Amino acid sequence: MAKRSSSEAVAWLLFSAGGVVSALLAPILLLLFGVIFPLGVLAPPEHAHMEAVLRHPLTQVVLLGLCVLSLLHWAHRFRYALHEGLQLKRLRAPINLLCYGGAIAGSLWAAVVVFG
Amino acid sequence: MPDTITLQVTRYRPDADGPPTLQEYVVPLREEWAVLDGLNYIKDQLDGTLSFRWSCRMGICGSCGMTVNGDPALTCGTFLTDYAPGPVRVEPLANFPVIRDLVVEIDDFMRKLPEVKPWLVREDGEALDDVEFLQTPAEMDEYKQYSMCINCMLCYAACPVYGLEPDFLGPAAIALAQRYNLDSRDQGAHQRLDVLATAEGIWACTYVGECTTACPKGVDPAGAIQRYKLTAATRTLRSFLMPWRAR
Amino acid sequence: MTANQADVRRYRPRTSVFWWVHRRSYLLFVLRELSCVFVAWFVVYLVLLVAAAHRGSDSYQQFLEWSSRPWMVVLNLVALAFVVLHAITWFTLAPKAMVVRLQGRPLPARMVAGGHFAAWAVASAVVAWIVLGGW
Ligand code: SF4
Ligand code: FES
Repeated sequence: MAKRSSSEAVAWLLFSAGGVVSALLAPILLLLFGVIFPLGVLAPPEHAHMEAVLRHPLTQVVLLGLCVLSLLHWAHRFRYALHEGLQLKRLRAPINLLCYGGAIAGSLWAAVVVFG
Repeated sequence: MPDTITLQVTRYRPDADGPPTLQEYVVPLREEWAVLDGLNYIKDQLDGTLSFRWSCRMGICGSCGMTVNGDPALTCGTFLTDYAPGPVRVEPLANFPVIRDLVVEIDDFMRKLPEVKPWLVREDGEALDDVEFLQTPAEMDEYKQYSMCINCMLCYAACPVYGLEPDFLGPAAIALAQRYNLDSRDQGAHQRLDVLATAEGIWACTYVGECTTACPKGVDPAGAIQRYKLTAATRTLRSFLMPWRAR
Repeated sequence: MTANQADVRRYRPRTSVFWWVHRRSYLLFVLRELSCVFVAWFVVYLVLLVAAAHRGSDSYQQFLEWSSRPWMVVLNLVALAFVVLHAITWFTLAPKAMVVRLQGRPLPARMVAGGHFAAWAVASAVVAWIVLGGW
């Protein structure tokens, strides 16, 4: 019979953590930087202000956590969508590699940029 | 109100060739008639070859589940007048192999159910018959909802994950495991963990939530699974961080 | 099972690849799951923004111009719709997994969900306040 799977448990916990932080922060950030500023509804913040905020250690930690967890959230949901939605169960191993490999690569990129 | 309604019923004969077909029957439309009464009218008056399961006619035995106009339903609790003027499509439960007409094979569920040990497990050696277990109303409320399950398998018919992955343990089996996990008299939670916290157990569930919509007894299997995911994940984490305390 | 029974031909329906278009609730489920693609896009967009700001004032201006091209705005509007769907479904379903107890009694699901939505509002307000220069 099937074995208890701790990797699935960890993947689910990270998926959930990513689900929470992305649900809390993604809508407002996308609303501001993707819609409101580009459409000119409000003036975008000055560069100096952006840098002051982005260089603050607390912002950096929060941003990195947001990026890493959101990517792990994506990886978990996306691999399930591919397995089941498209019935690609045979390709389980490469799909997992693609999703979690992508999430790890993206996290490294985010770390380099945020602290760069 | 018209005095008849048309039922389009799935016919499947394993000894004849070809896939199932729909056959139309016109039955009386009466205020107090459920879909099951319509089927019984067909069987008694129109066509004795039609096969289907039923027993209690009161939503207790769980044997009359079928697909009515695309939705999984207990046919003894689904009224014809709600579908007037019709026609009403009556098909076998989805996601199960069809044996004949409206009768499906339930062996898979019957095999999975005992795996989760849906009974009181005691580890302290006390024989269940010898002792009296007291339970407060609050302790009973913890699991009462899950104990309403009548094993009708409507939740399996509603679950696309089960349709795609027949190895999935499924909604009712997991809800019934929680029925005992949350019972103050039970000591078998960690035995069930090994069956539940697997890739074919709770981790196969993506929370579509349709099992809860389909359930005629208000069991909320989707909630049971979701809640158990958190329990299983925190237990796993704890056994990582504190291996000496893991059981 | 007797040999006789085993010989009988069962009809096994197959789930089609498009099983999710037939029901509204299945469709909503698939859209909810697809929201993760836009969560990933959001991360990419955010990191590009931070990178541009770190590279200096000019590249920050360039990013702002790039982000106001019509197709970018359309893409981000779609992404916004999906992350909002994600947030709403996530917070609505949260009480299913979490049983919050107050003095031993489980809190009603509506209140747990309400708490999540309140946290969402607060987080959004704090972010907007910081970005718009309130600190
Ligand atoms: S959980 Fe509900 S739908 Fe599923 S078998 Fe039990 S009573 Fe039927
Ligand atoms: S006949 Fe028993 S539940 Fe319908």
